[in-house]
Amino acid sequence: MKIITLLKRAPDTEARILINREGTGIQEEGVKFVISTYDEYAVEEGLRLKEKMGGDSKVTVVCVGPEEATEMIRTALAMGADDAVHICDPAIKESEPFITAAVLAKAIKDNGFDIIFCGKQAIDDDMAQVQSILAEMLDIPQVNVATSFEISESGDKAVLRRRIEGGDEKVETQLPVIISCEKGLNEPRYASLPGIMKAKKKEIRTKALADLGMADAQGEIRSKILKWLPIPKGGECKVVEGEDVPTAVKELVRLLREEAKAL
Amino acid sequence: MQFELTEEERMIQKTARDFANKDLAPVAAESNKTGEFPEAIFKKLGELGFMGMTVPEEYGGVNLGTFCLVLALEELGRVCASTAVAVSVHNSLVNWVILKHGSEELRKRYLPDLATAEIIGAYAVTEPEAGSDVAALRLSSVRDGDEYRLDGTKIFISTGDKAGINIVFGRTDPKDRKGGISAFVVENAFPGFSIGKTEEKMGLTASTTVELVFEDCRVPAGNILGGEGDGMRIALGALDGGRIGIAALSVGIAQAALDEAVLFAREREQFGTRIIDFQSTQWKIAEMAMQIEAARLLVYRAAKLRDASTPCPKEAAMAKLLATRVANQAAFDALQIHGGVGYTKEFLVERLFRDARAGEIYEGTSEIQRLVISRRVIEEYERMFPTE
Repeated sequence: MKIITLLKRAPDTEARILINREGTGIQEEGVKFVISTYDEYAVEEGLRLKEKMGGDSKVTVVCVGPEEATEMIRTALAMGADDAVHICDPAIKESEPFITAAVLAKAIKDNGFDIIFCGKQAIDDDMAQVQSILAEMLDIPQVNVATSFEISESGDKAVLRRRIEGGDEKVETQLPVIISCEKGLNEPRYASLPGIMKAKKKEIRTKALADLGMADAQGEIRSKILKWLPIPKGGECKVVEGEDVPTAVKELVRLLREEAKAL
Repeated sequence: MQFELTEEERMIQKTARDFANKDLAPVAAESNKTGEFPEAIFKKLGELGFMGMTVPEEYGGVNLGTFCLVLALEELGRVCASTAVAVSVHNSLVNWVILKHGSEELRKRYLPDLATAEIIGAYAVTEPEAGSDVAALRLSSVRDGDEYRLDGTKIFISTGDKAGINIVFGRTDPKDRKGGISAFVVENAFPGFSIGKTEEKMGLTASTTVELVFEDCRVPAGNILGGEGDGMRIALGALDGGRIGIAALSVGIAQAALDEAVLFAREREQFGTRIIDFQSTQWKIAEMAMQIEAARLLVYRAAKLRDASTPCPKEAAMAKLLATRVANQAAFDALQIHGGVGYTKEFLVERLFRDARAGEIYEGTSEIQRLVISRRVIEEYERMFPTE
C-alpha cells in the first residue's frame, strides 16, 4: 500500500508570533519551527497503517516548503516514514492553497498513492483548504477532521469517525481517499534515537517546479494575501463595582446602554 | 569553533525535550513526592535509545557519543534530576567501563540489555571510609578458584537496588593501595549480594540511594573488568564522563530555575507592579542567564573532547565545578524571587534547590574538582616554565 503523509513546517505553538515590518509575513528570527501539529497525527496514522498492512507498504512524506523544512521531513523519517518528496522552489513563496494543492497533486500522482493523510489544518495560517482542493484535483473522496481510522480486512475501504457538534459521525469510504486528521486520532510517537540515525540514510527527493513539469505555478493562484496585520490591542477593561449585586447590575446595564451603546 | 547544533543533534535534543515535558514531568512530580522509583520511565528511555547512547550498534546501542548524551541529560535534568542522575550513571559510567574494559563475553552478555534498559546499571565505589579518597576502599575481593569472593559494604549507591548489575570496585591486594583495586560486574542476583540501608535524602528523592552488602558474594572470575589491579585505572578513566554527565544535568537544573523564576516574576505583583520590573529581579535574571550559558559551553566543550578521545580531566572538572555551582546559585535566586511560596513544596523551585545541592558533592566534590584543576594548571606552567 502506498501511503502518503503531507507535512508543513510551521512555527512552534509556544512561539510568540510577530508580524514583520513590511506586513508580508512573520518575523522568523528566534522562532522555533516544528512539524505542524495536526500533520504529526497524519504521520503517526500513516505509520500505524503501514505497520498493520505490512508487506511492501510504504509511507512517503510529501512536503511543499522552504529548504529549512528538511529538518521536519527528517523528523518524520526518524519517526519511521520510508522516504520523502520535498518540493522546494523559490517560485512558491507564499502559502497559497491552490498552488500548494496543485504542486502536491502533481508530486503525489508521480509517486502513486492509495491513501493520503494530512492535518486538518496548518497551525500557522489555519486555512484548512489544501486537503479539499487536493481531493478535487485528484478526483478522490475526502474525509475531514477524523478522530478514528480503521482499514477494512481487504484494504480497499476505511471506516472513520469525525467529531461533529454533539457527537461523532461514522463514515465509510473507498480507497483511494484523503483524510485530514484531528487531535485525539492518535498519540504521535517520538523520533527515537535509532530512528534518527536511520533517517540519515533515507531518501529525500528534492524537486523544483520544473522537475514536476510545472514551469510556472503562478496561474494557479486564486487568492492573494494583501497584508498581514497584528491583532488589534483589546480595549480597556472596566470592573463595575457597587454595594451589592443588584446595584452593580443596574450600573452595568446603564453603562452598556449609555457608554457602550450595546443595548 | 562550531556553536550551532547539527540537524541530527537538534532532533535528538527535541526528542529528549518532548519526552521530558510530556512523559517525565507528570511522573517526576509524583515520584519525587512519594519516593517511588519511576521504572516505566526507564523502559521508555530504553526504547527511545537514551540508555545506550555511547554503546556501539553491534551491542544494541545507538553510538551517538557523549555530546548527544549531554544534550539529553540537560533536558532530563531540567525536569527530574533524580532520573537524569540514573541515566547519567548508567550511560557514562556503567556502559562505558563495560565497553572499554569488559571482555567480549561480558560486553555481549550485558551491553544489549543495558542499552535497551532491560536492566539498569549502577556503579559502586564509595565506602564508609572511602569517599573522595577512592584508594582507601577496602571491600575484600579474594580469588577462589573460578570465582572471586566479595565481602564488605558499599554505601550511597544510586539506584543500586533497582539495578540488574552493579559495577563494584574491590580490593584484590591489601598491600598495594592504588594498584590493588579491581572492578567487577556483579549481578544483583548473585548469591551473597543484598541491599542494606536505604538513605533518606534531602533531595533527588525519585532515585534511591542504598547500601550494598556483600557476604561471601560469589562472582565468576570472568566478570572482572580488565585484569586484577586495573580497578584504579578503570575508575579514573570513567571519571571524566561521569563528571560531564553531572555537569550537564546541573545545567538542566539551572535552566529550570531560570525558567521558573522568569515565569513567576512576570505574574507576581508587589507594590502595584510586576516584580520582574524591579531591577533587583532583573539583575538576578541576567546573572543566572549568563552563568548558565557559560556552564553549558564548558559542558559542551568537555563532551566534544571526550568524543574526540582527548583526555579532558581539567575541562571535565571545570564543567562540573561551574555547572553545579551555577545550579545551586540559580536555584537559590529563583527561590528568592518566589519568596515564601518558593519555600513550599507546591512550587518546583523548592525541589530544584534540594536537587542542586547534591551536585557539589557526588562524582567528586567541588573541592576535589578544584584540586584536579589546580594540579593540571600548575603542571602546565611547570612544563612551560620549569622550576630551576
